[in-house]
Amino acid sequence: MKMVIHISAMVQDPVIAKVILDTGVAINVDRANIDATSGEIVLEVPADSCARVAHAFEREGASVSVLEHPIIRDDAECVHCGACISVCPVQVFSFVDDWSVAMDESKCIQCGTCVTACPHAALRVMSE
Amino acid sequence: MATKTVSEINERIRDGSVSVLTAEEMTAYLQEHSAEEAVREVDVVTTGTFGAMCSSGVFLNFGHSDPPIRMQRVHLNDVEAYTSLAAVDAYIGATAERTSVPGESHEPYGGGHVIEDLIAGKEIDLHAESSGTDCYPRRMLDTRITIDDLNQAVMVNPRNAYQRYDAATNSTKRVLYTYMGTLLPEFGNVTYSGAGVLSPLSNDPTFRTIGTGTRIFLGGAQGYVIGSGTQHDPDNRFGTMMTCGDLREMDAKYVRGAAFHKYGISMYVGVGVPIPILDEEIAAATGVSDSDLTTEIVDYGIPRRSHPMVREVTYEELRSGIVDIDGKEVRTSSLSSFNLARAIADELKRWIGAGEFFVSAPASGLPVRGRVKPMRETAGQLLVQDAMSGEVRTINMHAKIRHAAELIIEGYFNHLPVLSEDGTLIGIVTSWDISRAVARGDVGTVESVMSKNVVTSTPDEFVELAVRKMEKHKISALPVIDQGRRVIGMVTSGDLNKLLVRR
Ligand code: SF4
Ligand code: SF4
Repeated sequence: MKMVIHISAMVQDPVIAKVILDTGVAINVDRANIDATSGEIVLEVPADSCARVAHAFEREGASVSVLEHPIIRDDAECVHCGACISVCPVQVFSFVDDWSVAMDESKCIQCGTCVTACPHAALRVMSE
Repeated sequence: MATKTVSEINERIRDGSVSVLTAEEMTAYLQEHSAEEAVREVDVVTTGTFGAMCSSGVFLNFGHSDPPIRMQRVHLNDVEAYTSLAAVDAYIGATAERTSVPGESHEPYGGGHVIEDLIAGKEIDLHAESSGTDCYPRRMLDTRITIDDLNQAVMVNPRNAYQRYDAATNSTKRVLYTYMGTLLPEFGNVTYSGAGVLSPLSNDPTFRTIGTGTRIFLGGAQGYVIGSGTQHDPDNRFGTMMTCGDLREMDAKYVRGAAFHKYGISMYVGVGVPIPILDEEIAAATGVSDSDLTTEIVDYGIPRRSHPMVREVTYEELRSGIVDIDGKEVRTSSLSSFNLARAIADELKRWIGAGEFFVSAPASGLPVRGRVKPMRETAGQLLVQDAMSGEVRTINMHAKIRHAAELIIEGYFNHLPVLSEDGTLIGIVTSWDISRAVARGDVGTVESVMSKNVVTSTPDEFVELAVRKMEKHKISALPVIDQGRRVIGMVTSGDLNKLLVRR
């Protein structure tokens, strides 16, 4: 499951490392934007440990939200061309039997490549 | 030999006994049956394609205002239309881009989107300007219109439905944004276009049934083939057709504005051609499958008129999702939609089955011979060798930084190519690299401060391409090398600009 962590003030602290040590959960960092005063980190967390990990971050003073849809497609705009398929580094998109394009959004690491590759402006990376 | 006529087929459409297959179904049918059986049992084969067709647009007639205006400039939702026609006629081209207001950022929007919005019945801002005449005194006009307010809205597309299209890949080290979509570096992906087994012109490659006057599916309505499209190139199996249809009858599902990132605006158009099965030759041709249809994967990393071919490929391989390039598995992306191509072939089949669409014999078929000419250029292209300076100082990689500093001061130049033991180019240092090293008190060799990724040019490179290369990499000079990577000159952006300005 994707989790967005907002941190402020304690950007110096090794928050992620602390949480991993506290919870013993293997967390994958998909994306991190951190500047001098605040940061936003997108994590991939195994679904069954989500609650524990979220609590651990909150104890460290971070705010946590769960990203249900890391990438959103506007189905009214999508023409099922497949331009997004080969540019995605983690193979979120694939053709299915009727040659429409299916999405496995849980794999998305929000790199944004597909957003500009789509000729029909159908894709959006979600931050909340 | 079994034969049949267009009017016999239309009789069957009228009485409901017509038998129609899509080109996909026909390919499967012909694996079990002979062409002779096909002529007896199948009357029409429907094809379809849905992809980016830049050479498309719409003629519009707005009606006269009071007092009247001779529209010399027209904008529809800030997208300019061509007006060098009569007073209130205009042609909006698919690739026209919205005039952007400086400082404002917009979603990409252009001619293709205006056309889609017109079909969808949306209101469009119309702005027109004129210098005013005795008979057309008005100078400015602003109003809002929908498609229902227009006298005519006729789609006329100079080039649609390429028989096949080169697939694209990218050998360079950076991402390319092209009209063939996003091309990842170092052969990171392949993009292609075309409906393969459903492709209209590939199912009748000798144009027996396709030509001026052929009734077709265009954008969800009944349209017509006007004749061969621009750049029609049957000698190389790159046939095209020119089409027209009434925009007011079209469906926005089959006409979609599109934008290719850092390239520009285009429009996806749905085209379907019915092929009446008049004899065995026509029947056999519709048995074509993806494995019979070949095209070339070409390298868009080389920005020349003919991109070098990487390999030949069939549509079957392209559509499998993975192609092999030099032993590497490379993923493919389609830019056209097979899903909608199939929807078009199905829709056309339904129309014919329901007696709503009749097939037609062309007044004359598309030309089966001919090829595309390259542009005639009278001025001759400027090459890097015309601008480069052949006097170039170089330095050995093991030389001391201080030595490089002396050379730069002496020679009043900013770039110093660095050579390896064998005299070939291995790096470059700039006066900035050297000053920084000197300021830091660095006393090492040139090798430790040089950049190893040298962007280079060759004497026969076009000046325009060298300029673009410098802009891309934000650099101001390129070492010019021969085939053995020996430095034979240096060219700076200043040299190139001077040369271009002189022209
Ligand atoms: S590139 Fe865009 S339009 Fe094409 S399949 Fe992907 S989301 Fe749909
Ligand atoms: S944002 Fe990146 S990872 Fe997510 S679907 Fe798009 S290309 Fe794939």
